[in-house]
Amino acid sequence: MPQPEISPYWRRTRRLTGSLLLVWYVLTFGVVFFARELNEFNWLGFPLGFYFAAQGVFFCYLGIVVYYNRRMQSLDAVHTVPSGQGGE
Amino acid sequence: MRLTRLQRYYLYYTVLFLLFTGFLAVLERHGMPPRWIGYAFLVFTVSMYATIGVFSRTSDVSEYYVAGRRVPAFFNGMATGADWMSAASFMGLAGTLYLQGFQGLAYIVGWTGGFVLVALLLAPYLRRFGQFTIPDFLSARYGGNAVRLIAVFAAILASFVYVVAQIYGVGVITSRFVSLQFEIGVFVGLAGVLVCSFLGGMRAITWTQVAQYLILIVAYLTPVAILSYKVTGVPVPQVVYGSVLQQVTALETELFVAPAETEVRELYRERAATYAEKIQHLPHSLLEERAYYAAEVERLRSSDAQMREVVALERQRRELPKTSEEARHHWERAQHEALERSQPPRPHAEAFPGTTEAERNVLRNNFLALVFCLTIGTAALPHVLMRYYTTPSVAQARQSVFWSLLFIGILYVTAPAYAVFAKFEVLSNLVGIPIAKLPGWVMAWTKIGLISIEDINGDGLLQFAELSLNPDVIVLATPEIAGMPYVVSGLVAAGGLAAALSTADGLLLTITSALSHDVYFRVFRPQSSTQFRLVIAKILLLVVALMAALVAAQKPGTILSMVAWAFSIAGAALFPALVLGIFWARATRAGAIASMLVGLGLTLYYIARMEFGGHAWLGLGEEMLGPWFDLHSTSAGVFGIVAGFVTHVVVSLLTPANPEAEDFLACVREPSEQLGRS
Repeated sequence: MPQPEISPYWRRTRRLTGSLLLVWYVLTFGVVFFARELNEFNWLGFPLGFYFAAQGVFFCYLGIVVYYNRRMQSLDAVHTVPSGQGGE
Repeated sequence: MRLTRLQRYYLYYTVLFLLFTGFLAVLERHGMPPRWIGYAFLVFTVSMYATIGVFSRTSDVSEYYVAGRRVPAFFNGMATGADWMSAASFMGLAGTLYLQGFQGLAYIVGWTGGFVLVALLLAPYLRRFGQFTIPDFLSARYGGNAVRLIAVFAAILASFVYVVAQIYGVGVITSRFVSLQFEIGVFVGLAGVLVCSFLGGMRAITWTQVAQYLILIVAYLTPVAILSYKVTGVPVPQVVYGSVLQQVTALETELFVAPAETEVRELYRERAATYAEKIQHLPHSLLEERAYYAAEVERLRSSDAQMREVVALERQRRELPKTSEEARHHWERAQHEALERSQPPRPHAEAFPGTTEAERNVLRNNFLALVFCLTIGTAALPHVLMRYYTTPSVAQARQSVFWSLLFIGILYVTAPAYAVFAKFEVLSNLVGIPIAKLPGWVMAWTKIGLISIEDINGDGLLQFAELSLNPDVIVLATPEIAGMPYVVSGLVAAGGLAAALSTADGLLLTITSALSHDVYFRVFRPQSSTQFRLVIAKILLLVVALMAALVAAQKPGTILSMVAWAFSIAGAALFPALVLGIFWARATRAGAIASMLVGLGLTLYYIARMEFGGHAWLGLGEEMLGPWFDLHSTSAGVFGIVAGFVTHVVVSLLTPANPEAEDFLACVREPSEQLGRS
């Protein structure tokens, strides 16, 4: 099976997506796994584990999406063929 | 900050709505009856939606299915928020959190995490592909109609149950707040859905959903902000409920070990044991029961007992189960309920509460499994994914996932605060109060059956274990809990209505476009004219909406629990095929078909097995994981999703690659080219 040529744009997109997925995975399943232990700590008046699941993880998710959008924006700017038919 | 023209319009609209609410508040002061306030909200909001719906009417196919791909990221995010947040999110989520404490946070984590997957794995690629539906995408990637038809089946299966639940929700809200009959309420809901979507399709839905989002978020935040101000002096509940949570924890440690509470739990345990014994001695025990009631009625009749007592006893005798099978079902439920109430309550903030390490691990695994199912399910629900076809560009599609997540998060970050404030009120103001002196709102909701109180130990005081709340009641009753004027209750009802209608619209359009675009146009009549396709779409929309309303009018009791299955079904059937189709060039058509069938089949089998195949597990009270956490069936997706991925990979490697996928992937992955129309 001959592997098709992988473009630099796609390779970079894939690497970015993969590493952000890893971050998502660690936050969601790794940190929450230890919620009991984290609850020993106090954060803004909340038990830390509770706070993380109720709010913290959501802010992290927002951060992931913002970072992804920024990086993709600049990737697009570098790689878009300036032929006018891009439509973006 | 410069606002665009559209943003200005919606700003005016929000101000108008707030003025309207304020105006009603003034009228209430001057003696306007509550029922009229309910009507005023209903008429005002629905006519707003209708106006937007009529102004957005269209006879263009692209406008009808994808709003002409002219929806800016900001508004698409808002529309997705309304599309996503259903009656269950609006009314049920806070209640679930109230009942389950930390364990309920799985919904928050899963439902927000799903949008990370949408952002990273799906939205940009769907937009770059740029057609109309999710089956379109799968069919273009893998080729052939088999993939398309399986995807259509899965999309409709997941969406139809969901839309029935929304219309049911509308029926509940209208019957409760404007005292319409339930069936009439359902058809009011139907009309509300149709004015939004019939004439204008996706275009009309988009702009009404934006309007509905604004109403639902105002309605959700207002009561809890007032309650927060009342309790803590700060009207930002999301920030300050930590200190209230500490107070709740302090109350809990004091209360849960109180002698009256342990006594009540012991009484419930005894009751559960009685039922277990009865079940064991079926059918003999049913005969005994009948004989007992017959003798009792005789005895009362011959003594000079009050007529009322005799009548009550007669009714109990009449309500005895007819058959042994019925009795088993009936008693198992009663036993299960008693057993639930006999469990020591879980501290609100404690993660994975359990008495032994093994129990805690089980709870943790179930928490994570539910998060996994909800996350993948969120990223595969067709009515949400479809919204990312409507933005003008790929960059805007990415941007709009950010806005979606933000707008959804505003509600989800508030829901746990609702739960904590409600629990604080219950623990500090209700528990320990003489039952005769409970506040009026408790009695009002008891009448409707959403709150039930049973003085099982007969001490005349309310114990925590004696109080049982339906999860819907938390949000709906918060205005009354905090002693707010009725106009706030009306506002909450309008918000619930907006949440239900907006989700119903999106789902209805998903079903309609799957049938009219994918089945009719793509499979049966590829040569039909665009005009005719649109006529077909509108007729189907009407038919599907009517069917949903007819089903909802039957008050199917299990419908709300069935909604949770939609996530597992959509996730298992669609997610592996979508994601591997984009990220793995080697994925083949045979692999996709096999993975969709295996994922869907396994999930459906598991649900059927757990829900309908024997009730053996009901007897095993120790293994139950909580009343709202029927994990045996909501986690069905875990197996289906994993099996779907494995099947896809194995079958794809066993079958020859599809060379035609190269073109598709080149179009979808690279930034400079665009496939399809845009």
